Order: sequence, then C-alpha cells, then structure tokens
Amino acid sequence: MSSLGTRVWSSVGKKLISGLTGLGLVIFVCIHLTGNLLLLVGADAFNRYSYFLEHLGHGAFIYFAEAGLVSFFALHIVSGISVWRRKAHARQVGYAVRGDAGGPSRKSLSSRSMLYSGILLAVYVPLHVAHFKYGGPPIIQLDGHEARDLYSLVVTEFKNPLIVALYSGAMLFLGLHLRHGIWSMLQSLGLLNRRLLPPAVTLAVIVSGLLAVGFLLLPLYVYLNPQVMPLTGGLG
Amino acid sequence: MSTMSFSLRIWRQDGPNLPGALQRYTVHGVTDDMSILELLDRLNEDLIAQGQDPVAFDSDCREGICGTCGLVINGVAHGPKSQCTTCELRMREFRGGRTVDGLLEITVEPWRAGPFPIIKDLVVDRTAFDRIIAAGGYVTVNAGSAGEANDLKIAKPDADAAMDAASCIGCAACVAACPNASASLFTAAKIAQFTHLPQGAPERARRALRMVEQMDAEGFGDCSNHGECEAVCPKGISISNIAVMRREFAKALLGGG
Repeated sequence: MSSLGTRVWSSVGKKLISGLTGLGLVIFVCIHLTGNLLLLVGADAFNRYSYFLEHLGHGAFIYFAEAGLVSFFALHIVSGISVWRRKAHARQVGYAVRGDAGGPSRKSLSSRSMLYSGILLAVYVPLHVAHFKYGGPPIIQLDGHEARDLYSLVVTEFKNPLIVALYSGAMLFLGLHLRHGIWSMLQSLGLLNRRLLPPAVTLAVIVSGLLAVGFLLLPLYVYLNPQVMPLTGGLG
Repeated sequence: MSTMSFSLRIWRQDGPNLPGALQRYTVHGVTDDMSILELLDRLNEDLIAQGQDPVAFDSDCREGICGTCGLVINGVAHGPKSQCTTCELRMREFRGGRTVDGLLEITVEPWRAGPFPIIKDLVVDRTAFDRIIAAGGYVTVNAGSAGEANDLKIAKPDADAAMDAASCIGCAACVAACPNASASLFTAAKIAQFTHLPQGAPERARRALRMVEQMDAEGFGDCSNHGECEAVCPKGISISNIAVMRREFAKALLGGG
C-alpha cells in the first residue's frame, strides 16, 4: 500500500486539495468584495474598515489570515500545475481532428483556460498586494489614531486609465476562472450528485458573474465619477 | 435513398512504437443503415482484394453491449451520436457533413492516451483498465451454495444507482475524450457500483484507495471536471460517480483505510 503522502498527492487527493483551497479562496474573494464595496459608501467607511482589519486581534488577525491565504494560493497553484503536467504526459500524441462531444459536457472556454486564467491571476495577485497593501498611502487621523488613508490611495490609482484597464482585465479573468472553478470545486470535493450538478453550474455562472461585475464596478466608478477624489490634503 | 461516397482519413500504424500517419481511402455505395464498422469492413474487403493490408480495428458484439469497439470519429469518441457505441453508429448520421472533392469526409483515429499504446492501426491495448479492476473492483463472497436472493434487502434507489454505475462497459471512450486523458469516469463507475451495495462494504475503503492508486500508476491524467467523458459515454454514466469516488477516497483517507 502507498504512503499517506502518495495518497494525499494522488490524482483524487489533489482534487480534494484543489477544491478545498479553491473554496477557501472563493470565500475570501466574496468577503474581499463585500469590504471593497464600502468604497462606494465613502472615504470614512472604507478607511475605518481598513483600520478595523489591520488592528483586529491587536493586529494578529491580518497576519494569520495572510499566512492562510498564501498557503491556500500555493497549494492551489501547485496542484493546478501538477494536473497540467500529468496531462502533457498522459497524452503525448494528440488528435488530428478535435471535436466537442456536446450534450451533458461541461467543457467551456472557462474550463479549457483554467491554467492560463490561473497563471494570470497568480501574476496579478502579488502585484495587487504590492500595489495596495504595501503602497505608501498618506496617514490621516481617525478618532485620534493614525490610520492609513487607503481610500485616497485607491482613488488616486483608479484615476489612472492604465491601472483601471489592468484591473478590469484581471477581474474578467477572475470571472472566467470562477465560471468553471466554483462548480468544479464542489464536484472536486465530492459534494455534487446528479440532481445538484446542474444547479451548481448555474450557481457558478451567477456567482462568478456577480463577483466580476462587483470588482469591475469599483475602478470604473472611481474613474468615471469626477466627484470621487482623494481626500483633500491627504496626498503628499 | 441514394447511396453515399466517403473520403476516409484513417490512422495507419504498423505496430507499437512505430511511426503512423493518416491515410486517405475512398468508399462508394454506402447506405444509410450501414454502421461505420461495416463501412470499414467494406473498405477492408477492397484492400484485401487489392492485396493491401486491411485496417485493424476492434469489434465484437456489434450491438453496443461489449465495449470492444471504439474509434475517435471526427474528433469525438464513438462519433457524433450521443450514448452510442461506434458499432451502433449508422452512416446516416454523416449525411450533410463536411465534404472534400464532393465526398463526405470522415477522420478516424484510435483512442489516444499514453496508458493505451497502439497495437496496430486503430487497435489499442486497454489492459490498463484490467489492472485497475484487479486492484479493487471486486467483492469477496463465501463460496458455497448461493444465498437466498431476498435475504439481502437493497433499497430501490440504491439498486438503481449501483446499476447506473455498473452499466459501464469499459470501452474507454471516457479516457479518449478527456482533454487530460483521465480514467476518472471508468474508475469512479467501478468504485461507485459497489459503494451503494452491502456486498461492497467489506473492501469499501481499500477499494477506493487501491483503484485510484492503480489508475495513477498507469499514467492516466488528472480530472479537470470538463465532463466530456459523460457526453461520449455510450451508457451515459454521470460524472456524479466521480464525486462518489472522491467522497469514498476522502473517507478512506480520513479513516485510515
């Protein structure tokens, strides 16, 4: 019998890992969007939310969450790359003619491009973190505390058409990845059956669409709305 | 109904690990009710009459129940008709299709997967499937006289689910159609057919672990949940069986099976 490690990293074990980490990442993305939508409420709400997250649990929570996210991303990426590598090995001679079986097949642009949309997101995420988490925002006073004026940083950046275009592009790929990813993760975790599979696919289409539109809304809202400006005197 | 003429592109390969290529053949006088295997029979009669090597392909029952035949036809395993084996595929399905020089064109290729090496032309070695079955696709029973049939009560939904999975004929179209050349649907069906039954209980945990292990050892690809396998399966086996396999595997892993 094989070792535990071999079993965990077997074809099925990897799907369980990919599904579990995918589920965690989707939940994170939903929470992230919900928080980000506070940008529409206003500078104060957004900055208070950012202050809250950074100081939750005396500042420990954010590091804990980040460590979790990094490990989830890493496992998700490594298992995804492994699927691709085994695929290349398993069919070294391809077909001269490639057709789609149609019918109950769930193959789509989204499912075929998971590796590529995944790679783009893997490039995007560190840039995004460097951009907004470690970008040097001005400091403001919030209830007598010094707080990062993340609102002004985001608004300043989203007034730049190049940044808006890059973010919008990344969010379209996020939507494309999740269009297959959301139902696929439920299937990978063994949660679906014949009855639940069709609604799970529909759910994936709806949720991935909502997430993509939600995230696209923010840069476009900031860019197109001349009344949304960085806080006065906030930028040095 | 007028007869049809076909321009066939067929994969020819003299033996394992030898180079192969698509070669073009013309067959006239094809009727709607001929199966594609009968079309190949007709071609082979012509080739033999001309002193040429006939095209090697697998077939046995020719009524869609044995799982022996299997060709990738115009890029789709078992051809364009859903829930249909190659032997049951009638030439009427190709009316109105793509033509070349006024002839209907069909491209015929073997199952393509590393664990299924080509033996000759369109015949591949599928004994990798036998080894997956040998790894755990069985139940232990006490030898001796058969038990009373009604002693073992099985709920109708469980019997139905088991029978749905057990209808797999092992043709391997799922592997051929999978963009990753994964054998997940086959292995899942062979695990799931016992999952629902009390007879399958004794080996339940190690069955899932060992069959998955053997599937991986054979060199099949991983599943990406595309679902092409279900679409080409002549028995319409649902990918929900793959979810069953994953549940079984996770339970066995956590239970230390």
